[in-house]
Amino acid sequence: MGGQVFRTVVSVSVTILGLLALTFFIGRLLPLDPVLAILGDDASQEAYDRMVVKLGLDKPLWEQFVTYVWNSLQFDFGTSLTSGRPVAEDILRVFPATLELATVAMILGTGLGIPLGVVAAANRDTWIDQVVRVVSLIGYSAPIFWLGLLGLTVFYAALGWVGPPGRIDIVFQYDLEVRTGLYLVDSAMAGRWDIFADVFSRIVLPASILAYGAMAYISRMTRSFMLEQLSQEYIIAAQAKGASRQSVIWRHAFPNIAVQLVTVVALSYAFLLEGAVLTETVFAWPGFGRYLTTALLRADMNAVLGCTMIVGLIFITLNLLSDVFYRVFDPRTR
Amino acid sequence: MTDTPATPARQSLRDWLQAPTASSPRQARAQAFWRGWQRLIANRAALAGLIVLVLLVAMAVIGPYLTPYSPLQQDLTARLQPPSAQHWLGTDDLGRDILTRILYGARITLMMALLVAAIAGPIGLAVGATAGYLGGWFDIVAMRLVDVFLSFPSLILALAFVAALGPGIENAVIAISLSAWPPIARLARAEALTVRKSDYIAAARLQGASSMRLILKHVMPICLPSVVVRVTLNMAGIILTAAGLGFLGLGAQPPSPEWGAMLASGRQFMLTSWWLAATPGAAIMLVSLAFNLLGDGLRDVLDPRND
Repeated sequence: MGGQVFRTVVSVSVTILGLLALTFFIGRLLPLDPVLAILGDDASQEAYDRMVVKLGLDKPLWEQFVTYVWNSLQFDFGTSLTSGRPVAEDILRVFPATLELATVAMILGTGLGIPLGVVAAANRDTWIDQVVRVVSLIGYSAPIFWLGLLGLTVFYAALGWVGPPGRIDIVFQYDLEVRTGLYLVDSAMAGRWDIFADVFSRIVLPASILAYGAMAYISRMTRSFMLEQLSQEYIIAAQAKGASRQSVIWRHAFPNIAVQLVTVVALSYAFLLEGAVLTETVFAWPGFGRYLTTALLRADMNAVLGCTMIVGLIFITLNLLSDVFYRVFDPRTR
Repeated sequence: MTDTPATPARQSLRDWLQAPTASSPRQARAQAFWRGWQRLIANRAALAGLIVLVLLVAMAVIGPYLTPYSPLQQDLTARLQPPSAQHWLGTDDLGRDILTRILYGARITLMMALLVAAIAGPIGLAVGATAGYLGGWFDIVAMRLVDVFLSFPSLILALAFVAALGPGIENAVIAISLSAWPPIARLARAEALTVRKSDYIAAARLQGASSMRLILKHVMPICLPSVVVRVTLNMAGIILTAAGLGFLGLGAQPPSPEWGAMLASGRQFMLTSWWLAATPGAAIMLVSLAFNLLGDGLRDVLDPRND
């Protein structure tokens, strides 16, 4: 056990170091002169030289890398060229919006994806299985930004079922006391149900669209895990002793895939971050994804690399957690 | 087979392909391919995907000759026209025929997807097969590198590369390739690991084959089927990433008729002229759906473990 923990720690540290090396390398690929990007084209030679020293660009490459690693480990990603604030501070400010969106999407995606996958597996090769398969294939194949635009046109503009783009009505923007940064939670805590209704009507569509992709993935994985269990001998034993079909599926087979599913859910949570980049652009959602795309379009490298690194760290953390969870809760891995 | 009125040459080809025993290595290979093909087209979903893709390639090749319009020529007297007999999919805000632009856009999309496959596939195969066969420090370093690349969602990594390289189609292809090779390498390595200790490799080594030759001639061919399936399945993801980059304004740049970029510029007219953004999005979905269907079918055919 101790050796296992040690190996995991070493492996994660090496991966994180590699992550830093990769982002450092990407930062050096830049064809732009970072000094000119800050100072503008007509800076004097003197100002230019001073900035080179200030940015540490006169030092040898390895020294720059060590400084970079040291700063990054303290979550110092430098200053954003667009907002003028530290990148870490910016990310902390925009992150709750994405977290809230991804969490609602996750609840929807898991809540629908797992039952669909189980039902498809239990009715293998029937029309039910085919319908689930087609629905999830479309979820895999449709560009998420296109679904977002269509959704807005149909459900907001034509039918008026959901709220407009944006996270909260401008009227409520300064009315809401922000505690957690999750507006649904904040408004419920404050007892402001009018604000809650507004926030809910706006989050429902982008979250559903993000959830669709997650649902596609989760239902597909659930189906294949479930099929594997249903072909085992203990299922035949359970059927032979007279257990009902429902009981065989949910009480005998399902608990055996529950731990595997946690890994799948954790992974799709991480992939929601990717979907969020495109979805937030469509829905004018002031979160992490939109911060990243804005930074990209303005060639704000510090912000881009800071965001990339944060996503990488979240990915590694979720992977690690689901790995640990797996080892602790699945007796078969012991 | 006697009841099918086929030409003698065709019948003999069929006989040759279905002969119970192959009389030459060439015939054996052709027969294996033929059986795989039969199984693939027996899978209706895969067949549908294949047909869509063949149509797409045909459209990309000859489509531009069938339309009287140019993808870039503006006609401001015919702005934002809804679909009609003249313009089957309507016109955009600069009066350009949308169907024409989608036909030209198919070329861009296919070219980007094929380029990425042509760059990422061989790199992944070479790195994975070598790492799996050689083992040792090369394996450790290569797989660590793969782990690092895989700790980002592919779109995020592609975005970071594009940010560094600058927007544009070529850079988008490079960026997507850089984020697409690691899963292929991991897969190829797993395949290589299963054969590195096998007798036929040992036999070839005893005959004096070099590591290079063993990897190229004996290990890589084993990895190839699963790599082909993975690349086909990844095509859908590659197309979605390319379209996403175009949509964000970091891939193909307007006025290029790339589907993602078309969608982005049609976005502001969504409420009044839905066809501007709806049609390129539907095209993206159709192609990525076709690749997913074909990839699923290929996996069933090429991967005997699924039986």
